Amino acid sequence: MVKLNDPKNYSKNMKSYQPSVPYFMNCLKAFLFGGAICVIGQSLQEMYIHSFHFTKDNAGNLTSATLILISALLTGFGVYDKFARYAGAGSLVPVTGFANSITSAGLESKSEGIVLGIATNLFKLAGAVIVFGVVSATVFGTIRLFIEHLLK
Amino acid sequence: MIFLYAFLVGGLICVAGQILLDVFKLTPAHVIVSFTVIGAALDVFSIYDKLIEFAGAGASVPITSFGHALLHGAMAEGHEHGYIGILMGIFKLTSAGITSAILFGFIVALIFKPKG
Repeated sequence: MVKLNDPKNYSKNMKSYQPSVPYFMNCLKAFLFGGAICVIGQSLQEMYIHSFHFTKDNAGNLTSATLILISALLTGFGVYDKFARYAGAGSLVPVTGFANSITSAGLESKSEGIVLGIATNLFKLAGAVIVFGVVSATVFGTIRLFIEHLLK
Repeated sequence: MIFLYAFLVGGLICVAGQILLDVFKLTPAHVIVSFTVIGAALDVFSIYDKLIEFAGAGASVPITSFGHALLHGAMAEGHEHGYIGILMGIFKLTSAGITSAILFGFIVALIFKPKG
């Protein structure tokens, strides 16, 4: 008889009661949807370069901005969250997931007002990305610059 | 051909994220934070640049490219102005992305009603 409240083996004993994760299907969905979003990004970029004659850098910026706009709108219509439930990391990892986290945090706190609600909570999740991005980029940048000075 | 590479590379990066979610039981916030840091780390030896050259949007659309762009802007200014340039340049390349995310996120949150 397995003792369920045995604190030592709790997580081991509970395993048979947890729903099994469909690892392969989740990865397949993430692959297909994540890849598809990147193909949309690539198409936008080619369109901006060839039809509107932007430089490659500007086209890249415009592509991110377009994807962010699409994602923000889809979040507003409540479509992106349904899509995210299905696509998993395929909707989280592309830049559209970043825009979705900002927009949905704003929408969620709307009832608290424009300043205290939307504006304060906009970076609830995305703030972590920016903080860690800036800290790691500063550290890595300093190290790289230091090594380059040594090698000169 | 670039479309195929974009699909494959972009898809594989997302699969890596899904594995972190399912197998290692990380929260979505931990996954995107790790990816940003990994993207910056890969730019230290200019590996990520080669990936973008190879896969186009397959490498520049995932959040890893945000970390890469932060370090890239920092290094561009750093080469010109020394260590203080790192502070000046960090948001140089990511400005369009962050500004549009704030702008569109704010406008959508103002106009739409929360659902679900």
